[in-house]
Amino acid sequence: MTGRAMLDDFFTRALLAGVAVAAATGPLGCFVVWRRMAYFGDATAHAAILGVALSLAFAWSIYVGTLLVAFTMALLVSTLVGRGWAIDTTLGVLAHSGLALGLVAVSFLPNVRVDLSAYLFGDILAVARFDLAVIAGGALLVVALLAWRWQRLLTATVSEDLAHTAGIDPARERLVLTVALAVVVAVALKVVGVLLIAAMLIIPAATARNFARAPEIMAVLAALIGAGAVIGGLHASLIWDTPAGPSIVSLAAAVFAATVIGTSLWRSVAALRS
Amino acid sequence: MTLIAAENLSASFGGPPVLRDVDFAIAPGEIVTIVGPNGSGKSVLLRLLLGILAPSQGRVRRKRGLQVGYVPQRLHIDAALPMPVRRFLSLPRRRSRAEIAQVLDRVGVPHVVDQQMTTLSGGQFQRVLLARALLSEPEILVLDEAAQGLDQPGIAAFYRLIDAVHRELGCAVLSVSHDLHVVMSASDRVICLNGHICCQGAPSVVSSAPEYRALFGIGTEGALALYQHSHDHGHDGARDAG
Repeated sequence: MTGRAMLDDFFTRALLAGVAVAAATGPLGCFVVWRRMAYFGDATAHAAILGVALSLAFAWSIYVGTLLVAFTMALLVSTLVGRGWAIDTTLGVLAHSGLALGLVAVSFLPNVRVDLSAYLFGDILAVARFDLAVIAGGALLVVALLAWRWQRLLTATVSEDLAHTAGIDPARERLVLTVALAVVVAVALKVVGVLLIAAMLIIPAATARNFARAPEIMAVLAALIGAGAVIGGLHASLIWDTPAGPSIVSLAAAVFAATVIGTSLWRSVAALRS
Repeated sequence: MTLIAAENLSASFGGPPVLRDVDFAIAPGEIVTIVGPNGSGKSVLLRLLLGILAPSQGRVRRKRGLQVGYVPQRLHIDAALPMPVRRFLSLPRRRSRAEIAQVLDRVGVPHVVDQQMTTLSGGQFQRVLLARALLSEPEILVLDEAAQGLDQPGIAAFYRLIDAVHRELGCAVLSVSHDLHVVMSASDRVICLNGHICCQGAPSVVSSAPEYRALFGIGTEGALALYQHSHDHGHDGARDAG
């Protein structure tokens, strides 16, 4: 099969889009886990449904609307928390308000009949050539951004004071992560949907933590585990006719559970032997 | 040529000023110790001098391109972040195996290179933090209660190491301590801070006084000394620190 013919196949496009997203959510998800931003990722993703409503209302591309809203949301959260608002309350208010407001806004659009579940849970099998280009481009951008800033991001994650004294501005590195998160939300929307984006950030990273002895290894492992979940989950959804996005996340969760149980068993056995 | 100079520094964070009218300067090779009770603003002063915080009044001048080796009070590394010592020392700049081996050897913990940061003891952890600071070949070493949490022999050993490093590298040392009376004996100057500079002077050498020797035990081997406060004023509403 030639490359062009390959891309004609919806399943191949879905696989490539999913693997591209996993390549970005793996390393970015590590920062989300290290910096305890899990809920932050969730809030940004939930608000993206408001971006969907805006896109439909103004006939923008879905990617533009979600990118805009996700970025605004992430910036708003970090500003409010920077001013001393409690982070869990701020996120709890903003995330669910964004989601609810988005759902209400969509219902106000008279001429648009939308399948909301496609945005809530993703519609990876409907990824067109253009979508694939945008998703792969966005994912590549995020990976390149993280690779470029890696040392600075890692230093600022370990300690903002250490970063400061080494001439690194921690606020700028936070902004880098915020931008990366907004891009990931926008491109992952089609693949896993707003409700499950945070899962793709956190589960592969948390799974990788069980094996990784260095931050770089954890980032690469998280990307590989995510990609594996995409490939396995998509095939499972094809075989058993289950929804694609939730199947991917379920498989990732199963792998996570298995590794947790496996490593704790391994440790008990090792402890018994010694 | 001073490394860091500050004039007339004041800082407040929405409430009453934490610091007011503080003048400060440190010269190359000088050892300055800032002491003060908790809440006296010494951490704030340190952060103003390092440029982490901005003063509400006054100004801080740092020598252009000043290399600072910063050893924080405590560093929490999240359990979710796998971080071997070798990797930690390569932040923010990559270091060669040889450089890392050499600096760990210098601070006396060559064997921890492949250990995870979270598995280190308190004393090892502080030494690794010091090693990281030394890698940047600092003109000034800044220690923010760097020996806090160590036991008495541990504190003495840590300051002996700082003393040795200072003599080898000739870098200035700016350290902060909440212990009002016991300071590094090599300090050229001790500054007592309580919102403002209360007094400053040289620490007295204790090696000759047997009762002080008894107080510290023999473990310090001259690393620590006493600072005699000479306050000429009282503090309204609060018991004088000195």
